[in-house]
Parts: sequence; structure tokens; C-alpha cells
Amino acid sequence: MANTAQNLEIVKPGQEPAQSQSVWDRIAASREFQDLIAIKKTFIVPAFIFFLVYYFALPVLVGYAPKFMAMKVIGQVNLAYLFALSQFFVAWIIAALYVKAANNFDRLAKDILDKTGKGDK
Amino acid sequence: MKISLIMFLVFIAVTLAITYWASRRSAGSSAYFAASRQITGWQNGIAVAGDYMSAASFLGIAGIIAFQGYDGFLFSVGWLVAYLTVLLVIAEPLRNAGKYTMADVLAYRLKPRPVRAMASLSTLTVSTFYMIAQMVGAGTLVKLLLGGYVTYNQAVIGVGILMIVYVVFGGMLATTWVQIIKAILLMAGTIMLSILVMAHFHFSFGQFFGAVGHVTYHDAKGAVVVQDFLQPGLRYKPPYGPLELISLGMALIFGTAGLPHILVRFYTVPDAKTARHSVVWAMVLIGSFYIMTTFLGFGAATIVGPDFIKGHGGTNMSAPLLAQALAGNVFFAFISSIAFATILAVVAGLTISATTSFSHDFWTNVIHNGVERKSGEEVLVARISAFVVGGVSIALAIKLQTANVAFLVALAFAVAASANLPVIVLSIFWRRFNTAGAVAGLAVGLLASIGLILVSPSLMGIDPPTVTGAARHLIQAKAWFPLENPGILSIPLGFLGAIIGTLISSEPTSQEKFNELLVRSNTGLGAEKATAH
Repeated sequence: MANTAQNLEIVKPGQEPAQSQSVWDRIAASREFQDLIAIKKTFIVPAFIFFLVYYFALPVLVGYAPKFMAMKVIGQVNLAYLFALSQFFVAWIIAALYVKAANNFDRLAKDILDKTGKGDK
Repeated sequence: MKISLIMFLVFIAVTLAITYWASRRSAGSSAYFAASRQITGWQNGIAVAGDYMSAASFLGIAGIIAFQGYDGFLFSVGWLVAYLTVLLVIAEPLRNAGKYTMADVLAYRLKPRPVRAMASLSTLTVSTFYMIAQMVGAGTLVKLLLGGYVTYNQAVIGVGILMIVYVVFGGMLATTWVQIIKAILLMAGTIMLSILVMAHFHFSFGQFFGAVGHVTYHDAKGAVVVQDFLQPGLRYKPPYGPLELISLGMALIFGTAGLPHILVRFYTVPDAKTARHSVVWAMVLIGSFYIMTTFLGFGAATIVGPDFIKGHGGTNMSAPLLAQALAGNVFFAFISSIAFATILAVVAGLTISATTSFSHDFWTNVIHNGVERKSGEEVLVARISAFVVGGVSIALAIKLQTANVAFLVALAFAVAASANLPVIVLSIFWRRFNTAGAVAGLAVGLLASIGLILVSPSLMGIDPPTVTGAARHLIQAKAWFPLENPGILSIPLGFLGAIIGTLISSEPTSQEKFNELLVRSNTGLGAEKATAH
């Protein structure tokens, strides 16, 4: 965390809007930044869609196929309860995968800022 | 009962000491509104979890599971999974682009005055509705838990005054630490209760779920019923049950990431990476807590029984009564005081998010064009508005003592999901998005949520003359909209309003500034930094 703060120090966006505008646009147009956005999208979009589908499968199945979901799997425990319980673990796994992927995002963002900082001076 | 009172007083004393400590570190806007952005990842994670695990979850969900079994557990699932939206979409851009409120993100590239005015209205609506629900619950509960020592009005006034004191003197720092202590107590209490429940079943899941499969109680007609409580459908029955479940799920998944009192917490940490880690901490705690509602709810159903709970305070008393049945009066007092701590911490969190929005968004930026005329004015206005918000909440809670206010929580989530979330998401991700779109999205989302709830079965229905008091519907006519949760309709309407509003207008400056927002929210360049005490 201290590292990130330091990196921000290096850059210092200009106080005058005209100057800072150019910095923002330059970064936004750079290939590194485009890559960062693309890499983020390839993780976040599928992860988000997967979790929406997996989560909404629960109310849809419980609501429209209650007999099927009431099927007993282990002793008294039925499919409905196991599927609901699995949601917690799936959510945790997605969160863990995201944190892992995000370390890479942080690294790329740091590179972009370092480069811009040098370019500015 | 005396033990409960002593435990309540101990908690109050500890929180007031924290408030005194925090009051000496709360000078200046960043310190007062964002705890100087020096809260660490795990601390903020616990505080976010604490804000979320309100008395409605601790007592409410345990109660719903104790009476309606599996369907109650579905609430638990949605409450955790919703944090993936916060983690993947909202937390980091919000931290990078904003300062104190969600409106900061909108104002970044849109015309600040109209969007802040609307966003502030939406924030105040969500916070006030949520708060009134908590306060009415608090009054009833404290009265019940402290049996005989205080009246409903005294309980409401006491809770209200404490929350004003925390917020006025201790700001975000005190509110955060009160929330952290309460969350730790709540987790400890829940873990202890879960272990005791399993000990009751000799630590055998087979015995535990066996008992859950045969819960015995008397139905409304007095007949004995043996019910499998793991079976779906005890609460959500056809024809509208399935749609209601989906609509509730949508309100949770999209609403959590639009709750102002959760969003403000991400401004209390030093940077976006810490914000991300705090969501993960929160997810660990929230997930563990909601999995344990299995033991709390089903434990109450099997060990105490719905019949007994009904005769001793009703659904909300399920968890405290379970504690009493398992480990006697001292543990009952402990669990009761945790419930009390939960209420206090959550109303304080709601108050600070409401006052921050009023002072920062409305006072400084809408009325005074973004200029703080005198140093410290923003904090002063927030402190004064905390008195107003507190006073109004106390008055409304006293007025609404006998009303059924549970629908206010559904309303708060619906507004957060239908008004706040669409405009935050579109403002971060859609270059074309503009001021007209934001104002239209917020207005449509807000009006659709309120309108649909007004004509829903929560407020409309035809009761026989024998039904009186809180159970009686406010409007005696057949409901026009069949669902209690409007999300399934109001969320698409909110998005639609925002998109149509954008497309019928043109705002080149908003598009020109998109690169700046995009770079800032993705790299943290120029983001607000932590300040020294």
C-alpha cells in the first residue's frame, strides 16, 4: 500500500486543467492502458456473468422446480440446501480468484504510472 | 433481566469512551467524514460486515428460518453473494474517483449541481427509510429485552440520543470503531450459539438435520403439523412466490452496491487495493455469519420450537430465546446486548452517511457551488444535520410504533438498486452517459421503487374487520402490483430512464472528461490520499 502511495507521489497530476487533461488523454490512448482495460475485462465480465447465472439459478430452480430441489441427497439434506450452501463457496472462490487477478492489474497500473511519471519530467 | 441491563450499560460506556477518543481526531472534513482514510483493510472489512449484519439479519433472518425454514435461508445466500457486485464492479472505481459520497463519482464528469441534488435526495431517502425501520425495531426490541425497565418511547429516545452523540462528536472514526466492536461481538455470539446448537445434537449433522426434517408445531387452526423445514416453498408459494424470490434476489444483488452507508466506508481506507481487501474481509465474515444462520434459525425451530417463540415475543426473539434455552439467562442477556449493540451501530452508520451526503453534496456543492466558505463549515453542517436526522427519526419511530415497517427495508434496497446502482455503473463504464441520463435514472428509479411499493401487498390488501393494528394493511383495496419487492420491474426502469435520458440529450464535456475518470478509476492516479491525524 505504501508503494502505491509513493507511485502516486511521482506523478502529481497538473493543477491547471489544460495540462492534466493532456496527461489523462495520453494515458488513456496508450497501448499499456488499453491492454490493462482489456485484461481487466477478460476477467471481470465472465466472472460477473457466471456469478449472476449461478446465483439466479437458485431462486429460479427453487421457485419453479421445488419438487426437484426437495430431492434428498444425503440423509435429510436436500438438493435445495446443498445448492444454497454451494453459493457461499462459489462466491468466496470468485472473490479469491479476483484478488489474485487484481494483483496483476495493480502491477500493470503501476507500470503505466511509472512510465507517465518519467515522461512528465 | 438485570444482567441484560448491566451488559447494555457496559457496551454504552465502552462506545462513549471510543467516541471521546475519536472526537479528538475528527477535526477537518477528511478526518470527520472519512476517518482520515487511515482505516486498514481488515478493520474496514469488519466495519462493512457490521454495517450489513443489522438486527434485521441477526434477529430477523434467524426468525424467518425458525418459522419458514429453508425459504428464510435464501435471504442469507443473497446477502453474501451481493458482495461480488461490490467487489468486481463498484468498490475500487468508487474509491479512486470519489471523495466522501457516491455523488462524487457522478459529479466527476457530469454537471455537479443537478446530479448531486438528485443523488443526495436518493441517499437521504434510502438512509431515512432504513433508519426508521431500524428505530421502530429497536424500540420494540429493547423494550422486550430489558423487560419492564424501559418503555418503547424511552428505548427509541435512548437509541436516538446515543446515535447522535456518536456521530456528532466522533464522526466516521467513532462510527467505524463502534461498528467493529459490535461485529466482533456479533460473530462471537453467533459462533457460540452455533456450537451450543451442535452440542445439543451431540455434534452430529445427521441428528441435527434429522430434527430439522421433523419440526413440530401448531398451525393457525390449532392442528399439530410435522414439517420438513429444509423443504422449499414454506414462505414463497405460487403463483407469485417464484417471481418474488427473483425480485428479492435482484434487489439484493444490485442494491447492496448502491447502499450509501456501505459505499461511504470505501472512502475510509488509504487506496483502492485496501478497499478491495476490505471487501474480501467483509465477505469472509458475512459468509460465515450467514452460513451460521442455519444453526441459529433451524436450532430455534427444533430446540425452542415455533409455538414457544410465538408465545414469547414472536419471530424476532428466536435467537435470544434459543440462547436462553441452551445456556440460561446470562447467555440470553449476552445475546440480547449484542442485538442492542447491533442496532446502535447500524443506526449510527446510517446517520453518518445521511449527514455526509446532506453536508458535502447538498450544502457545499449544490447550494454553495462547491466552495466551503469557511474552513470547517462542512463538518459543522454535518453535525447540525445529525441532530436533525436523529430528531426526525426519533419522532417518526415514536409515531410509527404500531405500524408494520418491515417494508421500509425492502424499499431502501429497491431505491439503492433501481436509482443509485444504474447511474454509478453507467457513469463509470459508459462514455456517452451524461447529466440528463443521471438525473432521469435517479428520478425514475426512485419514483418507480416508491410507487410500486405503495401499490404492493405490503401496503395494499383487504383485511377482515378482526385484523387490527400493525397487521392491518394501510390501504384497504386489492394490491395493484403483486410483489412485495419491486426490483424485478424498478431496476430495469432505472436503467431505462438513465439510458433514454442520455440518448435524448447531448453533453460533449461529459464525454471529454470520460478519459480522465477512466484513467483515474483504473489506475488510482490523482485519487484522494490518506491524511495524517
